[in-house]
Amino acid sequence: MKRPSRDELQKPGYEIPDELKGSVVVTTLNRLYNWGRRNSVWPMMFGLACCAIEMIATAASRYDLARFGMEVMRPSPRQSDVMIVSGTVTKRMAPLIVRLYNQMPMPKYVIAMGACASGGGPFKEGYNVVSGVDKLIPVDVYIPGCPPTPEALLFGLMKLQQKIERQSFKEVYTKPDYIPEPVLGPDLMDPRDYPKIREYTQKKLQELQQQAAQAAQG
Amino acid sequence: MAQPTVAAPDLAARFPEMVTPDTRKGYSGYIVKAEALLDFAKALKEEFGYDYLSSVTGVDYLPQGLMEVVYHAYKITGGPPLVFKVQVPRDNPVVPSVTSIWPGANFQEREAWDLLGIRFEGHPNLKRILLWEGFWGHPLRKDWREPYYEGEHKPFKSRTAGPHFWHEDHNPFGKNVDYPPGFDPYTWEPETADQILYESVIQRTRKPEQEELHSEQVVVNLGPQHPSTHGVFRMIATLDGETVVALEPVMGYLHRNHEKIGERNTWIMNIPYTDRLDYITAMSNNFGYVLAVEKLMGLEPPERAQYLRVIMAELTRIVNHLWAIGFLLNDLGAFFTPALYAIEERELILDVFEAASGSRMMNNYMRFGGVVRDIPEDAWDMLVKLVHDRLPRKIDELDRFLTHNELIKSRTQGVGVLTPEQAIALSTSGPVLRASGVPYDVRRAEPYGIYDRFDFDVAVRYHGDVYDRYLIRLDEARQSLRILQQAVRDIPERGAPILAGKPQYQVRVPAGEAYGRVEGPKGELGFYVVSTGKANPWRYHVRAPSFINLTALEAMSIGNKVADLVVILGSIDIVLGEVDR
Ligand code: SF4
Repeated sequence: MKRPSRDELQKPGYEIPDELKGSVVVTTLNRLYNWGRRNSVWPMMFGLACCAIEMIATAASRYDLARFGMEVMRPSPRQSDVMIVSGTVTKRMAPLIVRLYNQMPMPKYVIAMGACASGGGPFKEGYNVVSGVDKLIPVDVYIPGCPPTPEALLFGLMKLQQKIERQSFKEVYTKPDYIPEPVLGPDLMDPRDYPKIREYTQKKLQELQQQAAQAAQG
Repeated sequence: MAQPTVAAPDLAARFPEMVTPDTRKGYSGYIVKAEALLDFAKALKEEFGYDYLSSVTGVDYLPQGLMEVVYHAYKITGGPPLVFKVQVPRDNPVVPSVTSIWPGANFQEREAWDLLGIRFEGHPNLKRILLWEGFWGHPLRKDWREPYYEGEHKPFKSRTAGPHFWHEDHNPFGKNVDYPPGFDPYTWEPETADQILYESVIQRTRKPEQEELHSEQVVVNLGPQHPSTHGVFRMIATLDGETVVALEPVMGYLHRNHEKIGERNTWIMNIPYTDRLDYITAMSNNFGYVLAVEKLMGLEPPERAQYLRVIMAELTRIVNHLWAIGFLLNDLGAFFTPALYAIEERELILDVFEAASGSRMMNNYMRFGGVVRDIPEDAWDMLVKLVHDRLPRKIDELDRFLTHNELIKSRTQGVGVLTPEQAIALSTSGPVLRASGVPYDVRRAEPYGIYDRFDFDVAVRYHGDVYDRYLIRLDEARQSLRILQQAVRDIPERGAPILAGKPQYQVRVPAGEAYGRVEGPKGELGFYVVSTGKANPWRYHVRAPSFINLTALEAMSIGNKVADLVVILGSIDIVLGEVDR
């Protein structure tokens, strides 16, 4: 990984006299801003399952997240920029993940690390497993693997940096819609789905009653 | 090969009519009538010395209309397990709870209630444990279907022959959900479950004199998203001032339905799933599972495979103990630096694993009757160097840095004490049990594989506090090195067979039951499997050491300060993948 140098900022291509090259930079505000943002993405300290172990290994000395300005794992969502969803999202955990996401300040990013977070992974058919965290919150980068190697995680983080670089800082602070927390009922319920759920369960009940009636007749 | 059972005390004669030997083909042990269970258990414990109840689980025999509860009990002095079962009708399964005799059954009975709907009469706190209150149904029952249900067992047609489809497209909600008929979401009150939890904790600990003094106990909730709970684990502590008076662990935030999926899978498909139980120690999980199934199949792996298994399992133990020590220090406040030292060594061992199995963490290395690949030559050289030179040096280094550190001593000595009596009664195992002065190690108590050939000591410490639980991990890592050095010396030459028979995708497993247990790094890891002779297990149950060791968390914490809770939890060394499965 190249160290962010002055040349990187020097994009609009103004001629700067040689004697000033060491101390003057002409750039756009956007580029300067994103340059800073992209090199200090603070992840939330938050591990769900096996993938979290690889995330910790990535932060350790051999792979060294600090090279990307990302070693500052924040235990509080209020201080973090990116949520690395590292592991299986269960229904029981789903309301909490949405709550954590809602608590993060803008601009916020989500990385789905591993097969489980991306789409349910090996446990997809499990009754307590949400098939992919994108069923709950929007995801910026998906990293395949079970678990993704630290190299893969680093690659995903670099993709996120590229994404940040392309954004305009005028837009990144627009507030997204608040995502209502799912509720644990007989199964996981999204409050936005309530009418649909009621319709479905009523239909099911009617079918059952019909069957019972038919059985009684026949 | 059936399980060796204790022939000596003739229990059937001691309890005429109430206890009969289990004569089903491939089964062993005794069947006890539900009404005699408590007398039987008491006699077992007091007269015959079976003071340690290892595993309790249920099996749903749908065709016979029976629900069976299976118990495995041991003598803490060693020897094979005694298996006994209680059979009750499936539509109203009620069994007396044995928690009054073996308190360690607490969580396991709750689990059986949660997943199978077996009611344990007399249980002090029979609530759901892995799922939440209000969940629809008991999922491990054979007639319960998950929302993405496709067939009774794998391989599913849609995956092999097609047409391929997304489960999402077949579900009316496009998600992994289903609701009972007639359910109305608008009348659902979501808050109650947590409130009941808090209230029950307060009720349990309120003392009459507090009413007079107008003093109140405080309930503190830690987790599930908490930097020091090692994943998604939650504790509800009741405090009197700063002192813990009661504690209730809440889990299930990583319940991934391991057993339900395992019963749909074919036998061999389960091996990679075991990797994901305790994801730090994938190799020894493989070991436990293949051992259980080999018992049923009557397979004996060739020599070289036996040695490779031992080598991998012991390396895993070192990885785990280093990791545990590093993160215990993390919990003590020495943030990340000690863990970095531990992870450095771990990476080197993972390199060996990767060379042998193709994956760093999820090794999927063992097979029924052997291992899947031999270890490459260069990795072998690396391994020999590690075992003889680097790891001993590094373990000594950790010892030098940490053991006599003033801060560590003052924060850990005398904290979180577990007496040997409690440790046995609460069914703890592994380092937690041995740090309390009970030298019980499955590798010695009932040797499996080729562990009877090695010369090593069962590490034991006597204070039962956090400090001893730290020390014992160092001791055990050193003993593992001793085993490794012998194994590396004695292993048959490269080129010797590593798998009994030909590699197979579909194995034949004769009908019957088997319980395979290994001394995992966290404790006794047991797999209880029931086969009906089909391609899939009828029952697949994991006796997870971290889960059962948590039974002792409350006993360890009471009387300590709230600031030490995190350290005490760290010293048990749990991994949520295994706690919640
Ligand atoms: S993707 Fe694989 S390694 Fe990651 S959490 Fe899921 S099962 Fe574990």
